[in-house]
Amino acid sequence: MNGKLPSITSKLPAAAALALICLVWFLVCETGAVPAYMLPSPVDVARAMVNDFPTIMDHSRVTLQEAFYGLCIGVGLAFITATVMDRFLLLDRALYPLMIITQTIPTIAIAPLLVLWMGFGMAPKITLVVITTFFPITVGLLDGYRNVDRDAIDLMRAMGAGRMQIFTHVKFPSALPNFFSGLRISASYAVVGAVISEWLGGFEGLGVYMTRVKKAYAFDKMFAVIIFIVIISLLLMAFVNLLSRVAMPWVQVEKRQDLASAGETGK
Amino acid sequence: MADDPQERRQAMDKEILLQADHITKKYSGKTIIRDINIELGKGELVSLLGMSGSGKTTLFHVLSGLTLPEEGRVLLRGEDVTGNPGRVSYMLQKDMLFSHKKIIDNVSLPLVIRGMGRKEARAQADPLFEDFGLEGTQYLYPCQLSGGMRQRAALLRTYLSSQGVALLDEPFSALDTITKSLIHKWYLDVMERIDLSTLFITHDIDEAILLSDRIYILNGKPGQIRDQIIIKEKKPRDENFSLSDQFLAYKREIIGKL
Repeated sequence: MNGKLPSITSKLPAAAALALICLVWFLVCETGAVPAYMLPSPVDVARAMVNDFPTIMDHSRVTLQEAFYGLCIGVGLAFITATVMDRFLLLDRALYPLMIITQTIPTIAIAPLLVLWMGFGMAPKITLVVITTFFPITVGLLDGYRNVDRDAIDLMRAMGAGRMQIFTHVKFPSALPNFFSGLRISASYAVVGAVISEWLGGFEGLGVYMTRVKKAYAFDKMFAVIIFIVIISLLLMAFVNLLSRVAMPWVQVEKRQDLASAGETGK
Repeated sequence: MADDPQERRQAMDKEILLQADHITKKYSGKTIIRDINIELGKGELVSLLGMSGSGKTTLFHVLSGLTLPEEGRVLLRGEDVTGNPGRVSYMLQKDMLFSHKKIIDNVSLPLVIRGMGRKEARAQADPLFEDFGLEGTQYLYPCQLSGGMRQRAALLRTYLSSQGVALLDEPFSALDTITKSLIHKWYLDVMERIDLSTLFITHDIDEAILLSDRIYILNGKPGQIRDQIIIKEKKPRDENFSLSDQFLAYKREIIGKL
């Protein structure tokens, strides 16, 4: 009970700020300060969201599928790459700079190429999601592996552990917090990546729907889709948070312990 | 049990568990320790006392098999185990309990590494928790334990990975004075019961005199064994001993040799 209260009060300012922005938005539209064809009122957006809900859901099913497949493949590839790079220093030296360079290429610039190469189906979308989600997870894992205390590895070796045992008992669990922070970023990138690639061609998906309503100048519907994407991304991030809690129960225990000791010292 | 230290020594001479035989170790061409000869007998607690940088930890790395010496051998019960980790148990300065493992899994890790199943390893470790004063902590995480308890858990893990011999690198240096003196008593008691022979690195001269059967003085650059001091008083030694003239005489002798 006591633990819940601070977490609610700490979220109040953000909720208040959001409410204030919505209010200003509403007033700007109501008073006619900005014409409705440029900025639809939040009421119109909400109405569009409700009316279009079945259509949006249909399209988001496709987008979510692309994001999910892409994210899974991205995670798998990132895990393999990071683990191999950590094992072989030469590969690390060869690949790390290349990975940084690939991150400077804007997603929007590769998307048309992927459509050219792979057509209008799901393949180019999934590929783009893989490209965008791969990097944060790889870097997260690599950092995690590297930050393992040298003494911890010495201790494992002194106990007679082999390379594989050191990896499963120490390196991988120690890298989990970094892995999840990478995954949290990647999960939100995944949806955005899928939508961007849908803009450039396709038959279904939130990105395709967005371009359609844009061409019809239905800005209220466009705003509805944008807000829907935000909600999906937030839900995905919450899901990753939940997953990290299940995978790393000790982190919660440590947090509670810190709170308790802070309480004891009266901070 | 031979209470007279001379008898202890003689008994030890018969059964040497761990032996460093003419060990020399270099790092990037620089000799860190030279021609080290030390022995650890069954049931003994032997301290290795020396200034920082005298190569104590390097010697432990060699003894535990983590690094190969340029010269010399490490013998465990007469068997050559040089450069062969997993034979001589080693507890590092920090407790090194893994934050992601519950205490029981931390402690039974050496058994799992040797190929035992997790359930079986837990079952084997569990009865020892009481002996080590850790009853009830089995399913807690390391962050939930006090410094002294963490150290005891690390000692239990060291014991489970040991084959009667443990190397402890300043295991109590991070503890406060009161916890330290409590853990000293406890350690001598538990060592006796579980039959663990210990080679012990310390900076703390008082600690060395209070706990050890013998003290090796490691000194110089490169580090060499300068001397060996036998502490004759009966163990366990209480606080009064640390205020006695005898204690001060040992201390003077050691400081003179450092």
